[in-house]
Amino acid sequence: MEQIIFYILALVVVVATLFAITERHPVHAIVYLATSFFGLAVIFYLLAAPLAAVFEVIIYAGAIMVLFLFVIMMLDLGHPERMKRPGFRDWWPALALCIIIAGSFASLAVSPVHEAYAAPVPTGIRDFAHTLFRNYGIAVEIVSFQLLFALVGALYLGRRK
Amino acid sequence: MIVPLSHVLILSGIIFSLGLGCLLAWRSNIIMMLIGIEIMLNAAILAFVGGSAGWGNADGQIFAIFIIAMTSAEVSLALALVVYLHRRRKTVDSDAFNGLGE
Repeated sequence: MEQIIFYILALVVVVATLFAITERHPVHAIVYLATSFFGLAVIFYLLAAPLAAVFEVIIYAGAIMVLFLFVIMMLDLGHPERMKRPGFRDWWPALALCIIIAGSFASLAVSPVHEAYAAPVPTGIRDFAHTLFRNYGIAVEIVSFQLLFALVGALYLGRRK
Repeated sequence: MIVPLSHVLILSGIIFSLGLGCLLAWRSNIIMMLIGIEIMLNAAILAFVGGSAGWGNADGQIFAIFIIAMTSAEVSLALALVVYLHRRRKTVDSDAFNGLGE
């Protein structure tokens, strides 16, 4: 059952991302991207990571996408007819690199791999917080400094002369 | 593990190459370039969470949270830069920003 849901969600995520990157209207692209993030969040839940799923929905689909929408609407960029569509000259490096990546994945997929992994144990918030603050306390400090610097930088860039 | 880890990694690779294609193809629009970076970071998060589920410990999820925190900092700064650049040139075409001075 979970396998089927995983593959359906994988299809949804890939198709929504494909629509998002080929859409000319930035607002439509953001909405497709939010769909893709919701699918990815359910995949995280299936992969026994409920906390990562919750943060994906709250921060990615909730905060970052709304920030994008806010900037697009504030700068009045929702006019696809004024936007240059990338021509073939812009597409070919991306296509070449994607074909190389697809080839490397195909070679990975055909090579025999013996997988013996542990049974999935859903990580509760207790284990999560234990590992986070005991093993990665310094990383938490660094990330909080980074957020502070981002705040100061955004205030500096956004000030009016 | 409900599906083999290689399937999760292949999905992650597909999403990453889609994001890379978006970043390289939309070089003329800063907003779409940022969207491509978001897609690539999501692929990285999926790889971390898949590894965390595959080996049965919480470290991958913790790095997923760190990537999300890093991304929120990056996006806030990058969008502040977009607003700043738009205020100067009235466009988000990256070809318009080709000078250091002024």
